[in-house]
Amino acid sequence: MSTIADLKKGQKAIIGEMNAQEIPLKLLEMGCLPGNQVELIQIAPFRDPLYLNINDTFLSIRKETAKLINVNLIEDE
Amino acid sequence: MSKQINVALVGNPNTGKTSVFNTLTGLNQKVGNYPGITVDKKEAVIKLSRNLKAHTLDLPGTYSLNATSLDENVVIELLLNKNDKDYPDVVVVVSDIENLKRNLLLFTQIKDLGLPTILAINMADRMDRKGIQLDIDLLEKRLHTKVNLISARKNKGFDDLKQSIIDYQKISLVPCLDASEIDTAYFESLKKAYPRQDLYKLWLVITQDVNFGKTNRNKIAAQNEFKPKSNSEIKRLQQKETIKRYQFINATLKETLTKDLALATGLRAKIDRILIHKVWGYVIFLAILFLIFQTIYDWSTYPMDFIDESFLLFSEFVKQNFPAGMLSDLISEGIIPGIGGIVIFVPQIAFLFLFIAILEETGYMSRVVFLMDRVMRKFGMSGKSVVPLVSGTACAIPAVMAARNIESWKERLVTILVVPFTTCSARLPVYLIIISLVIPDERWLGVFNYQGITLMLLYLLGFGTAVASGWLASKMLKVDFKTYFVVEMPNYKLPIFKNVVYTVVEKTKSFVFGAGKIILAISIILWVLASYGPTDEFSNADEIVKSSTDLSSITEEELETEISSYKLKHSYIGYAGRAIEPAVTPLGYDWKIGIAIISSFAAREVFVGTLATIYSVGNEDEQTIKTRMAAETNPILGGPLFTFASGISLLLFYAFAMQCMSTLAIVKRETGTWKWPLIQLFGMSGFAYVVALIAFQILK
Repeated sequence: MSTIADLKKGQKAIIGEMNAQEIPLKLLEMGCLPGNQVELIQIAPFRDPLYLNINDTFLSIRKETAKLINVNLIEDE
Repeated sequence: MSKQINVALVGNPNTGKTSVFNTLTGLNQKVGNYPGITVDKKEAVIKLSRNLKAHTLDLPGTYSLNATSLDENVVIELLLNKNDKDYPDVVVVVSDIENLKRNLLLFTQIKDLGLPTILAINMADRMDRKGIQLDIDLLEKRLHTKVNLISARKNKGFDDLKQSIIDYQKISLVPCLDASEIDTAYFESLKKAYPRQDLYKLWLVITQDVNFGKTNRNKIAAQNEFKPKSNSEIKRLQQKETIKRYQFINATLKETLTKDLALATGLRAKIDRILIHKVWGYVIFLAILFLIFQTIYDWSTYPMDFIDESFLLFSEFVKQNFPAGMLSDLISEGIIPGIGGIVIFVPQIAFLFLFIAILEETGYMSRVVFLMDRVMRKFGMSGKSVVPLVSGTACAIPAVMAARNIESWKERLVTILVVPFTTCSARLPVYLIIISLVIPDERWLGVFNYQGITLMLLYLLGFGTAVASGWLASKMLKVDFKTYFVVEMPNYKLPIFKNVVYTVVEKTKSFVFGAGKIILAISIILWVLASYGPTDEFSNADEIVKSSTDLSSITEEELETEISSYKLKHSYIGYAGRAIEPAVTPLGYDWKIGIAIISSFAAREVFVGTLATIYSVGNEDEQTIKTRMAAETNPILGGPLFTFASGISLLLFYAFAMQCMSTLAIVKRETGTWKWPLIQLFGMSGFAYVVALIAFQILK
């Protein structure tokens, strides 16, 4: 099982299980919910934070948070 | 008789809510503070029709009613408190057509509070370009409300919006989500305990840490029929609520909104590729910082010189046209220069906020946070702290105000606390004169000038101390609010000129009227202390100086400077300088420097002017003062007063000490309490004293 922190630039995935107790509610409110799509747009220099497109919302989160969110990769055709 | 209703504007950040407010209200808005906290409170009374007025309140931007910051708390406290005088009759939720899905989360929450809630969809002018179509009628039916398409940029749709506000009583109060769906058993018991209260309101009172009239959450928890839940269970229910709301929103938008994906332009990706590039991103950011820095530092000297001269002329005018006496002195030497000392900061504040408003409006500020977060986090600050820290190099006052853009209270407080360490332009005159006295004007390795190296080291020292104390402060501060790093990366937009101007005007006003009072009060006190003395020597200064000097050998002007020097030495400040002499002798200073240190509390650069007066140097010509300073002897150790040791000690003292009442005033204003400025005053000046002491004792 991989997490958002394992995505490579440009990769898309479907959000799966997440460690709900530790994830900020604000992130869920922005649309980071199981079943929604996430795309890694860019990683900041020094490998942190991450720039994501979640459910059509563009946002950046720190790697420590990204590690708590499991994803299933969408295979590129 | 005309009626007045309360209207509250609520919305996500980056939806253009403030532009909507500006367009609705025009310039008759009033900006204040919520009691006890420094969150801007913007309000205005507008005329809706012949006999209906609306008191309109622009609430801070929030993503939901689950508050995670002071700003967001303001929103929920108002919406839950029926007794608040601003409690809205109708709420307008401002949303952005391109982020409608996310914006609707907040809308459904507010709607479920049982308030008439209008949905205003902003940036509707972009719909065609983005290939977006919306079935308004169906959306109104699904959300049980009135929906208005508006564009603050093009000033469109506002008449319809006003009409919707006028007709607010027609809006249905049916909720979007039945609160008991979140957890049937739990909400049933809640209903039993409080049959007359709105269920969703009760739920928010339980989950949010806010005051809400008579029913507070402890009372709810104390009810027998009702079993409270643990925090982790409550969090689980909040997540369930969010998921339920999104299910409703997704279903609604599926029916009403269509997006032509082919038209979604790649402008964001193109600009991002450059602006957050791992090399170019930093190069561009540095260039922008350099431009800001240049502007504040360089360009503002012209208006500042103008202000300076105008106030001097004004003061001269009063002196000549008012009957001589205490009142005339107070006005011309105390009050006018005091006000001048406030107005002098206006150009720097205006320039800095001009840039910051543009950076925020365009969406670039979020990119800065993205680029800098990793580095700044190490020192307990946020990516946004970079702008205040760098502008602190020009002046700490606009820099402290700029920290308002940092969402996390702890990171903001750390930034405010450490900004005054950066080398502001007022330290420069002090540095320059001391460096030229004690550092040899020679070259190291034939290339680098020692004096230049010293000045550069002082700048680095200031910045380094700021960053290091940020690390220290973040370790020591305990702050209740747990905040998370979730930063929206908004679309790039051209700034709206009107919004930029409003921000500049508002920040300048908030400085002049907020911190200005304190600055004026302190500068008048300092003036009184320097212009009056407790003894006969002060009151008879004229005669004493005249009788002790050979009048034939000096000019009128020289006599004047002798008298003012004598007066200053025997004023209250003069005696204070002598009183602190035992404390400053171990640092290598004498009582004259003591006087200069006390009076430069008004502003650091006053140090030079005060020494000029004490040494009775008529003009403030640097060369004359320098010669005079070089001739001073140390009363205890003998030899010259300004040696390498005492010079370095003085430089270090000015690098660290909190020698600026205006900064203290603005910190008081921005943090809402005297606690933090006092910590700065005693912490920084205490540290400065110790460092200067050690330096002198080692070097002498």
